[in-house]
Amino acid sequence: MIEIENITKRYGETAVVDDVSLTIAPRTVTVIVGTSGSGKTTLLRMVNRLVEPTSGAIRLDGEDNRSLPGYELRRRIGYAIQGHGLFPHRTVAQNIATVPTLLGWERSRIDAKVEELLTLFQLDPAAFGPRFPHELSGGQQQRVGVARALAAEPKVLLMDEPFGALDPIIRAKAQDDLLAIQKHFETTIILVTHDMEEAFQLADHIAVMDKGKVVQYATPSEMLLKPATSFVESLIGVGERPYRLLAIAPVASAVEPGAAEGAPISSALTQREALAELLWSGRNALPVAGPDGAIIGKISLEGLARRAAGPT
Amino acid sequence: MIGVPGSACRCRRRADTAGRESGLKALRFDKLGAIIAALALGGAFIAPFATFRANRIVAGEAKTIIEALPLNWSTGLLLVVLAAAAVAAFRSPVPLRLVAFAALAGLAFAIGVAAGFLTPAGNSYARISPASGFWVMLFAFGLLAADALTRLRPAPFVRIAVLVAVLAFVGILLLSGSWDGLSLLKEYASRVDTFWAEARKHVTLALGSLVAATIVGIPLGILCHRVTQLRDGLLGVLNAIQTIPSIALFGILIAPLGWIAANIPGAATIGIRGIGVAPAFVALFLYSLLPVVANTVVGLAGVPRDANDAARGIGMTDWQRLVGIEFPLAFPVILTGIRIVLVQNIGLATIAALIGGGGFGVFVFQGVGQTAMDLVLLGAVPTVVLAFAAAIVLDAVIEMAKPNNRQAEAR
Repeated sequence: MIEIENITKRYGETAVVDDVSLTIAPRTVTVIVGTSGSGKTTLLRMVNRLVEPTSGAIRLDGEDNRSLPGYELRRRIGYAIQGHGLFPHRTVAQNIATVPTLLGWERSRIDAKVEELLTLFQLDPAAFGPRFPHELSGGQQQRVGVARALAAEPKVLLMDEPFGALDPIIRAKAQDDLLAIQKHFETTIILVTHDMEEAFQLADHIAVMDKGKVVQYATPSEMLLKPATSFVESLIGVGERPYRLLAIAPVASAVEPGAAEGAPISSALTQREALAELLWSGRNALPVAGPDGAIIGKISLEGLARRAAGPT
Repeated sequence: MIGVPGSACRCRRRADTAGRESGLKALRFDKLGAIIAALALGGAFIAPFATFRANRIVAGEAKTIIEALPLNWSTGLLLVVLAAAAVAAFRSPVPLRLVAFAALAGLAFAIGVAAGFLTPAGNSYARISPASGFWVMLFAFGLLAADALTRLRPAPFVRIAVLVAVLAFVGILLLSGSWDGLSLLKEYASRVDTFWAEARKHVTLALGSLVAATIVGIPLGILCHRVTQLRDGLLGVLNAIQTIPSIALFGILIAPLGWIAANIPGAATIGIRGIGVAPAFVALFLYSLLPVVANTVVGLAGVPRDANDAARGIGMTDWQRLVGIEFPLAFPVILTGIRIVLVQNIGLATIAALIGGGGFGVFVFQGVGQTAMDLVLLGAVPTVVLAFAAAIVLDAVIEMAKPNNRQAEAR
């Protein structure tokens, strides 16, 4: 659990982060969204004390983050940034091994960890381990950056616009991979982005920041249905609301009894994808297949339309 | 019907022109090479090859290649020069251009032969020295060789190997005695002991001040990088020092060093004096600081911000970040600074002789005083060779230190 309590950071007279309090549940993904200059990166960097707060406290599992020297704290917290920040003069394997080496792990344990992570990120250890960062594609560099952040098995991972430099197709894949990795390691992730689409895609909770303050901290559906301010509303995008609402729920929760004609769609897709399929196939309903492939019911335009409606 | 053979004819004509064009292309002039060839031919046929003097001070008599060499040698040398000039002038395959080395070797042997040929038997006063034609050809073919090597893009260690081979060749010629008849070597023969003592002093001055400047300059550079307020001030001061003429700096240093020698016990015994090695060393050290400090600052500033941020973010201490990330990434740039300093110091150390600091400058100033050009060369040639060799070695090391190269090798 991460407790951020009345944290403030001032540079001179301006408060970049102004009296922010958040409690982040363990093993969840929290996305901090805001326009540039809203203080979201500063807030993130105060968690691992790359920036020291002017006042307030941050506790990790009940322990004040100032109880350790900054560098030791940072070795326990994963940190991944936009443009990956890999060390250009070190190989991929050496880059990933950085924190375990700092922590004084045994060589064999480090090697095993590097291999495990590269495999997990779908990079062949024998082929990629000895390469240098500039020999990798952008997507591969980004994966190595995240692998390096996770090398010492941190419970908490901080990410500052980690996918900002990727093209849309690779970004979508990287986001899916991140969620899989997060489930695998049960990591608590705080991720900063200005991309609302990304926030809805990844977040268990979203914190919207504006001018140094958190204006709303809620689950994605809560935020859609009850935006706290007009700023949140505009950030979500008025025209996007029904689609975002469908995008955060799986087909499985919208299955109706009955039969329908056509090719069945998977219950694991989002309702937004189901809607797209219905519209594209020109049908009013389609059968739904469960995880085992058996037909478990149907999904209909009418049913989805009801679910996409906002509060009245 | 009429158009068809006509167009076929035109085609054939076009093919012919293309054939002639490709033939012309094979014989097209090489811009740099044509100038080199002109210089070499001028050096061979217009300018004198060697100078004969009855003794070391009188004015000399110029001798052309024909006059200076026995017939078989002169024709041989002229043929080599003509061939090399032809290869240089046209766009020839790059490996063929390495014929420059053969021309250089021919020059080296020929000047030794000329010395023996021109010296009257039993006359130990006569002096034979290379004349302008020799130097012009040396320059032209040196340029051709360097140009050919550059076009071949040799790996750093190959460049060092070429340097070693050339130095070994010169060394063998020196040891074999085939140049002993040259006036430069006669000057050397009468100063063997002082020559090597001055050489040691020269190298000690140049390298010692470089080492001192590196030891002091790199930490200063790091400090400047971290403390931005310090940077402009310190670099400004070092810049100002750089603009003080060396002679003036020696003068300025006499007073404080003299005071130290007189007032600090032990200072005089370790050789600190107002004149001599101490001020020369201090001056070279001060001149060396700017390139070292400035390049350290530039190198550190060039470290990618992302890498630095990530290094801090994953828990490196400032020291670990400096040693593990910043310094290795800045190293090639710092090394470039050290290269500048070394080449600059080898040249500047010549001035140390003015205030009794020793070094090759001793021969230069003696030679100037006696109007004995050969003596000047005895000081100048080793200095140039040293500086040139240092530049080649350090350039190769810098290239090897660059991350991209290490990566290429790792692949």
